[in-house]
Amino acid sequence: MIPSEQLPAEDTPAEGSRLATVRRFGRVTRLVHWATAATMFCCLGTGAVLLLPPLAELVGRRQLVESIHLYAGLALPVPMLVAAAAGSYRRDLRSLNRFTVTDGTWLRANLRLGTWRRAQAGAETGAASRIGKFNAGQKLYAAFIAGAILVMLGTGTLMRWGAGLPGGLPLAWRTGATFVHDLLTYGLAFGVAGHLWMAARDPVARVGIITGTVPAWWATREHPAWKASPRPPDRR
Amino acid sequence: MFTGVVGSEGSEGTPVGRRVVLGMLALGAAGVALGARAERALQRVIDPLRRRDPTGLSDLVPIGSFRYYSVTASVPRLGAADYRLRVHGLVDRPRTLTLADLAQLRQTSLVRDFQCVTGWRVDNVPWSGVLLRDLLADVGMRPTARALTFRSFDGSYTESLTLDQATRPDVLVALRMLNGPVSHDHGGPVRLYVAPMYGYKSIKWLGEIEVVDRVSPGYWEVRGYDVDGWVGRSNGRDDDPV
Repeated sequence: MIPSEQLPAEDTPAEGSRLATVRRFGRVTRLVHWATAATMFCCLGTGAVLLLPPLAELVGRRQLVESIHLYAGLALPVPMLVAAAAGSYRRDLRSLNRFTVTDGTWLRANLRLGTWRRAQAGAETGAASRIGKFNAGQKLYAAFIAGAILVMLGTGTLMRWGAGLPGGLPLAWRTGATFVHDLLTYGLAFGVAGHLWMAARDPVARVGIITGTVPAWWATREHPAWKASPRPPDRR
Repeated sequence: MFTGVVGSEGSEGTPVGRRVVLGMLALGAAGVALGARAERALQRVIDPLRRRDPTGLSDLVPIGSFRYYSVTASVPRLGAADYRLRVHGLVDRPRTLTLADLAQLRQTSLVRDFQCVTGWRVDNVPWSGVLLRDLLADVGMRPTARALTFRSFDGSYTESLTLDQATRPDVLVALRMLNGPVSHDHGGPVRLYVAPMYGYKSIKWLGEIEVVDRVSPGYWEVRGYDVDGWVGRSNGRDDDPV
């Protein structure tokens, strides 16, 4: 995404619509995002202390850190599961899940062109005009996080309670669970860092996930095929 | 791969998100099944690199090296001047030993693995120090003595051994490990090394040995670990014996 502090003149819509806003995220979706973010931050922080010797030496208190990590990990999928009761959240999930031809083109352009800057230029020529509420990168990231949370939950459960299972779990499986858990920790750390990097580059996207609304011109530029409903006046 | 229909988002298109999630679950399951073997293979690659790595960066790879566990926020650093080991309880001659006192007793060396109950293992660690049974013989045991309680000078950690376990020829009050004095992070200047048991039995920062008439479970043991922590025969694990 282009940093949007400076709008090219030709993109600036008419004066009236410049101030118009559209609703991007409902209250439930934003709550899920921030609850998951806080819990994930907690998991990564305590996980780093458990995994990296220099941090472990600095902090000590291993049992406390382990307990926080355990409960934060168990809490991680809860906001998403609870929010599944809300229609607005399920609609967001559906648009994240579904990949269209446009997403394939967008991804191929990105992979082939290498750097994000060139990808942007390439994507703008074609697929960019058909990007809906989420682009393919956002969809893949959401799926990666969902999958990673489930894998961490499963392997973490084996690590914590595997020994106590009736009959006892084979030791090789518990070593394997530790291996996957440790490895995916690095994957998640890189993934979340990339997510923060993308967010740092787009102030309007940040406003969107904080307040729920974005300027109409931004929606038109970043997500042209997204049929956003104008923000209802009564909720202003 | 992307065979979805162009059109309004939402109900149309391929459910790639779901496939990514399911794919990750499948990979995770494969990793659980085969990870132990993969880890062993990786360890063979990493160990030689680690030995030649002056930066310590390779220690960030969490495989095949000691991990630092402490149950308290900070542990005092004690040296030759201020370290003391108190041996008391059901003994004839209670003693408080300095590092120099310990060094004057007969030194025994072992090369044995260190196996942690959480799964990691460091192969062929050189240890040396005073056999616990030599130390116990030095203070003399009363007839009612049945077990030992160990206390760490970190202020929290405790451990236990029965007298039979404590007098084995592979239980060491260790002054040296890895060809040097036991470092602070490894529990120095003096720690216990109970070769046939999981690492939590090898209490770090050893400050006190009390001879008692019955076993009182140690720090992790009141939190669920087995009191008799034999490697491969306790805590629901089947590791190779050390």
